[in-house]
Amino acid sequence: MAKWGMTIDLDRCTACQACVTACQVENNLPPTGPGEAHQGRQFTWMEMIPFEGEGERPKPIERLLPRPCLHCDNPPCVKVCPVEATFKNEEGIVGQIFSRCIGCRYCTTACPYTARYFNWHKPEWPEPMGQYLNPDVSVRPKGVVEKCTFCHHRLQNARDQARAENRPIREGEYTPACVEACPTQAMVFGDLSNPHTEVSTLAHSRRAYKLLEDLGTEPKVIYLREGE
Amino acid sequence: MTDSTKASSAPALAEDSILLDPILHTGPKFYVTVAVLLSVIALGVCAYLTQYREGLGVTGLGRPVYWGFYITNFVFFIGISHAGTLISAILRIVGAEWRRTITRSAEVITVMVILFGVGNILVDLGRPDRMMNVIWHGRLGSPLLWDVCSITIYLTMSTTYLYLPLIPDIAILRDHTTKRRWLYRALALGWTGTPQQHRVLEFLIGVMAIVVIPVAISVHTVVSFVFAMTIQPMWHSAIFGPYFVVGAIFSGIAALICAMALIRWIYGLGEYLKDIHFNNLGLLLLVMCFAWFYFTGSEFLTTFYGSEPAHMTIFWMKVTGPYAPHFWTMVVTCFIIPVAILCNKRTRTILGTVIASVSVNIGMYLERFIIVVPSLSQPRLPHGGDIVYSPSWVEWSILAACFAAFTLMYVLFTKLFPIVSIWEVQEGREKSIAEVTERLKRYLPEPHTPAPKRQEAEVTP
Repeated sequence: MAKWGMTIDLDRCTACQACVTACQVENNLPPTGPGEAHQGRQFTWMEMIPFEGEGERPKPIERLLPRPCLHCDNPPCVKVCPVEATFKNEEGIVGQIFSRCIGCRYCTTACPYTARYFNWHKPEWPEPMGQYLNPDVSVRPKGVVEKCTFCHHRLQNARDQARAENRPIREGEYTPACVEACPTQAMVFGDLSNPHTEVSTLAHSRRAYKLLEDLGTEPKVIYLREGE
Repeated sequence: MTDSTKASSAPALAEDSILLDPILHTGPKFYVTVAVLLSVIALGVCAYLTQYREGLGVTGLGRPVYWGFYITNFVFFIGISHAGTLISAILRIVGAEWRRTITRSAEVITVMVILFGVGNILVDLGRPDRMMNVIWHGRLGSPLLWDVCSITIYLTMSTTYLYLPLIPDIAILRDHTTKRRWLYRALALGWTGTPQQHRVLEFLIGVMAIVVIPVAISVHTVVSFVFAMTIQPMWHSAIFGPYFVVGAIFSGIAALICAMALIRWIYGLGEYLKDIHFNNLGLLLLVMCFAWFYFTGSEFLTTFYGSEPAHMTIFWMKVTGPYAPHFWTMVVTCFIIPVAILCNKRTRTILGTVIASVSVNIGMYLERFIIVVPSLSQPRLPHGGDIVYSPSWVEWSILAACFAAFTLMYVLFTKLFPIVSIWEVQEGREKSIAEVTERLKRYLPEPHTPAPKRQEAEVTP
């Protein structure tokens, strides 16, 4: 069974935010406007997180770190859900059942990466954006929690294609939208359980590290340190 | 048998007839109170309907402060609900005779307030229409489900525990009043006051008093587990279980003192709720005050000494940062004011204990607030922009409506049932004085041979 994961090379990342935009279009994330965003209600399944990089004081270089859901192998969000609306499937993807979620927001408070989002309102798109939604991804109703799914619908499409052609999924056939959009190929996606994939090699390289590793959440999104 | 009990209880009832007054007579003040409370409740209902239609966006919540007033209310109300059952059960078990006039008013608080604890969780849900998923798809691994289980058990048991000692009083109402006889006849369960019935009732009350204590403790422990089981800074703490239980009893006693003072004032029950009751409860409050301070001190000192950066961010937010006003007000209202008032015998009067109790309840609400909100507002990973949570009119209205609805239910209870247990007061008069004298004798060393000698010595001159 595959174990899907991602590496993000911070040496290659230019913080252009193509991944953020690609994710919003792919996953039907509604635009919220400045007022709502000011209250922290924007949807950014892929978010650029500011942190202080190397540099001389008093003005260290501001860095940005792309953060999708890290699809932890030991996910704190799954543990606390009272209705099993969030789960980790056998391929390691942490999913969300929108039609079961009761909106208690326990998972959102339990996630140390703040990678979960809540539908504070009924989602709305200005015309004509509403006519260009991705038909593969359901539009979430108000009052439920949502999150990055590693573009799970793309895995389903790839699997259907492979099944129709009576063969296993090939490497590179299933890629989330953010990875596909990255112009500098800083992001690599694939099967972490197969030691021969590129993502596995990178994930075991000397530069690899995990966010908040000491919490023991075992993220499957692995960062490659810059400047080496 | 029935006739003889009636005959024996009739003259005694004349003595306690003031306890039936609120049920028999209703003045214009009652209707004004109800009207005011109903209008506040109506505001809360409007607020909730707005939220139901528009979504939780009408609150002040956002990312990362996903929880705010509603969860604070939940913890606060569940805490208050410990007033009744726990205190009344403990006093019954240790045979504290001064309990007789106060247990009922305490038990009513439990049953009424717990509904608002649960209610606030339902109000907080993004999809209240799907709340039954907790039953259909419940996952026992989630601390929220532990809450559902223990609160359901607690509500059932504390309702039973309120109802059992109410049965003889309902029978009195059935026999002595003409109003709502159908209701009292049904609820009295055919009580006639035979010795056999008394034995069964006292046995059941005794069993319930014991069983309800671990349940009550479990309830507030699992409420704390909702926070403590996550790995968020200043939530993930082993002390949270007992800390919450102590805080719950603390705020519970304070709420009970306030309720008793109101009942005493409105229904003129100064003969039943005396200085001594307020004095004793004030001492209990003082003990819990020190216990609460001890836990708070342990929690903050451990965090400070360990100095883990993620925890320290939250620590400084509370002590010197944006939540410092809340924090220091909490220290003053939960510790300094009550200790100053309650340590001194001269200020431990009815007025004094009431001031201390109001102060404690304000402080405990702030305590719940600064447990819930600061830990959420600075997550471990930095995010763009500082989000400061401030509750919207919807959240304020629903909080006000909760208090109003609680008061209304309490008032209605006092209009339907005696708020001071009549039969227990009678029992106290008829039996307990002899019983207590007997008990006291047993504590003392047996009188032996020197006794007659002294008698002789007294007689001789």
